[in-house]
Amino acid sequence: MTALTDPQKESFRLSMLLNDSRYRSITIQIVTLIAFLTLIGWLLNNTAQNLADLGKEPSFRFLTQPSGYDINQRLLEYTSQDTNLRAAFLGLLNTLIVAIMGCIAATVVGVIVGVLRLSNNWIVARLMTFYVEIFRNVPVLLWIVFTMAILIESLPAPNKFRGDTPEASMLLGDSVALTNRGFYVPEPLFSRSLGDLDVLGDASLRFGISLDLVAIVATLLAGVLLAGLFAKRANRIQAATGVRPKTWHWRLGVIVLPTAALLAYLGLHWGHPELRGFNFQGGTYMRNSLIALWLALSLYTAAFIAEIVRAGILAISKGQTEAAAALGLRSRRIMSLVVLPQALRVIVPPLISQYLNLTKNSSLAIAVGYMDITGTLMGITLNQTGRELETVLMTMLIYLTISLVISGAMNIYNNSVKLQER
Amino acid sequence: MTDLSYVRTEMLPERDPPISTSGVIGWIRANLFDGISNSVLTIASLAFIYWVLSHFIPWFWSPTWNGSSLGNCREMIGAAGKEGGACWGVINERWPQILFGFYPEELRWRPILAFVLMFVALIPILFNMISRRWNWFLLALVLFAAVSFVGSGVIAVLVQIVLAVTMAYVGWQIVTTKGADRADQIKAGAKRLPNPLLFSAAFVFIMPWLLWGGTIWTPLAAAFGFGVGWGAFRLVSPKFGDLAGLILGVVTTFVWWLVLTGPVASGLNGVLPVGLEPVQSRNFGGLLLSVTIGVVAISVSLPLGIVLALGRQSDLMLVKWMSVGFIEFIRGVPLITLLFVASFLLNVFMPPGTNFDIILRVIIMATLFSAAYIAEVVRGGLAALPKGQYEAADALGLDYWKAQRLIIMPQALKISIPGIVSTFIGLFKDTTLVSIIGLLDPIGLSNSIRADTAWNGVVWELYGFIAFLFFILTFSMSRYSMYLERRLRTDHR
Repeated sequence: MTALTDPQKESFRLSMLLNDSRYRSITIQIVTLIAFLTLIGWLLNNTAQNLADLGKEPSFRFLTQPSGYDINQRLLEYTSQDTNLRAAFLGLLNTLIVAIMGCIAATVVGVIVGVLRLSNNWIVARLMTFYVEIFRNVPVLLWIVFTMAILIESLPAPNKFRGDTPEASMLLGDSVALTNRGFYVPEPLFSRSLGDLDVLGDASLRFGISLDLVAIVATLLAGVLLAGLFAKRANRIQAATGVRPKTWHWRLGVIVLPTAALLAYLGLHWGHPELRGFNFQGGTYMRNSLIALWLALSLYTAAFIAEIVRAGILAISKGQTEAAAALGLRSRRIMSLVVLPQALRVIVPPLISQYLNLTKNSSLAIAVGYMDITGTLMGITLNQTGRELETVLMTMLIYLTISLVISGAMNIYNNSVKLQER
Repeated sequence: MTDLSYVRTEMLPERDPPISTSGVIGWIRANLFDGISNSVLTIASLAFIYWVLSHFIPWFWSPTWNGSSLGNCREMIGAAGKEGGACWGVINERWPQILFGFYPEELRWRPILAFVLMFVALIPILFNMISRRWNWFLLALVLFAAVSFVGSGVIAVLVQIVLAVTMAYVGWQIVTTKGADRADQIKAGAKRLPNPLLFSAAFVFIMPWLLWGGTIWTPLAAAFGFGVGWGAFRLVSPKFGDLAGLILGVVTTFVWWLVLTGPVASGLNGVLPVGLEPVQSRNFGGLLLSVTIGVVAISVSLPLGIVLALGRQSDLMLVKWMSVGFIEFIRGVPLITLLFVASFLLNVFMPPGTNFDIILRVIIMATLFSAAYIAEVVRGGLAALPKGQYEAADALGLDYWKAQRLIIMPQALKISIPGIVSTFIGLFKDTTLVSIIGLLDPIGLSNSIRADTAWNGVVWELYGFIAFLFFILTFSMSRYSMYLERRLRTDHR
């Protein structure tokens, strides 16, 4: 006798493709796939035909041809005889510079404003709210062009610094000049420099690495690691005896002293900008487009970061602080051991997505003429070569790569701090 | 204890709290001068505010409203005996342009009417405390005002009479029957007024018609496409199942739109020409352009985003990966690259010879852009629902679409509304990016105004005015979203 629950043995009928939930998902997927492939095929076919009509079959040969334009703010050496690929590479570096500078400044301002918004001081909290609402509710592009216009219209021209009684004067002991063409700041120079390490020889993507910088960073890193060892040893002694030895002067010493010695060995001195002819010479020159973009992006993003920080701190219930105090922790340790680790779990994911937004918004550089990847590859190269499809696709892919790298880093972080739940 | 010489037997009268802890002084002490660092902060803030205001107010209070150029403004400021001041002449001369771009002056009532109507259409969606009667009354009032303003001739009078009668009827009902009584009547089976959402749905077709003009048959024929799709669905689904009906319905709708809408509309227009004077897209500009792009893109992207979110949550591998790929690609690139696609590449993707106008192309890309963001917001809403809701819907025997429609979406969308509003705010701010591809939104116009010799050198007044416009709109939207969050919080916290 067969069990009553045995399913009936049905033969497969064609209508089951539509009505039987076991097979229907296959039908839906096949229909979707066919529709999707048809759409893609149709678009590709149109594109191929249109481009053939225009005589612009897709080709990336323009990348190896001379670009024929100059890049006014650049990290590496470059002339208009260099290839379009190198121009794009310098543009990418410019994007990364403004993104990194912007992220740092936005984090600093955002954290300060976010904390001050929670201050007991009524007037300070109101001021910070005012700042946040003003910056959040006005388009970032408007802030960028606005800042650019203010820099151009309100700062003195370089020639105002000239003469016996100049109208404008340099700041900080004649080391910084703020002009309407940009900012001139002192640059670090090394009298016994180790030179540069050239990578990739003659290729378009060649770049030099300053060995001085490598040495300084390596010394600093070694110092920090050593300081970490000191702290570990202090922890061990504290765990064993209950008394924590004083180590901060050792830790500070191993970081500062070797670095200072290295800097002295390399012969660090500052090259000040000086007025020669119509312009300043020497020092590091930051164009006003870079400054405007950087200021506007940082202040705009800082308003969002402030809200994230505030929400993160408010998310930690008061009971946590009180419980930590009941355990006998001092207020600094409550902050570092109890509140911050929990608040960071709330703060970091949206913070990183703000960094991502800032990086994407840096593409608005094209509005003020800062030569980032949008301004070079998707701007002048596009206009000069007429290769719209290739340049726009390449630019998109570059931004996509940056975004995926940043969000990949965020996923790793999220997994590492995820609460272990059932 | 006997050697106590004095024991108080009666209570002392209550005394007021010390003046330093109560009232204004107490508040100031507690909130402004609580400790040294706090006092320093307070004094620094006050000094900062004084510094800003002492520069801003004299600058702002400048008698230059009628200035005709920057030089003229400076003369007026000098004549008033002031050091410096704002040049408001530029705003006086150019504000219609910043609001409307080059939209023909005598037709500007159309965008104004469109946006007033938009609020009427949004009321039943945004605020649920207003009754149907008020909503229809408001609509009739707006239309009556519009017809009295622009209409003339017999037809206008007839329309006015119809609207006046409607207003009188609905108004009479509002005055005579109280809200509570009305609710009782409805419970008892009284006939209700039609749902105002009908007008909201119709408005989707009215707005483009008001803005771009042309024959009325085009929006009507386009709206009829939904009817065609619904008809196909009803015809097919009893025989071949809901899925086949849905697919066929969507296909027929698109076929109707792509192939038949144009000929049908022009044919009907040949028989009975009714319409508004057409306005070219290139005349759109200023805030009108930003709002148009923002509103159209967000309303089209909402259904698209919901579909993408469902696709991303779907069990069907292929659908899921296509949705994920689309969403991540769009979210990974800056909007400006998508606008470059709109400007340079969209025509290349279309069949040879297609050439549709730049605003439509921008709207398409902005729609795709915000659809990806809305999909993520809705996905957040879907993920926030407890699993029990899905299981309960399954247990009731609801199929996928019924479960979505009756159980999942109402809750998930409710959770996502604040996110959707902030996506809209973001998109609205991002519409300014169209100035980079040469459209004349407020920022694009500000560049051309600053290039004008009369206003060369104007910075604060112009950008301040544009920033103010955007601030008013986005700030009120963000306040609305906070109001919504409060209203939708049905848990008791």
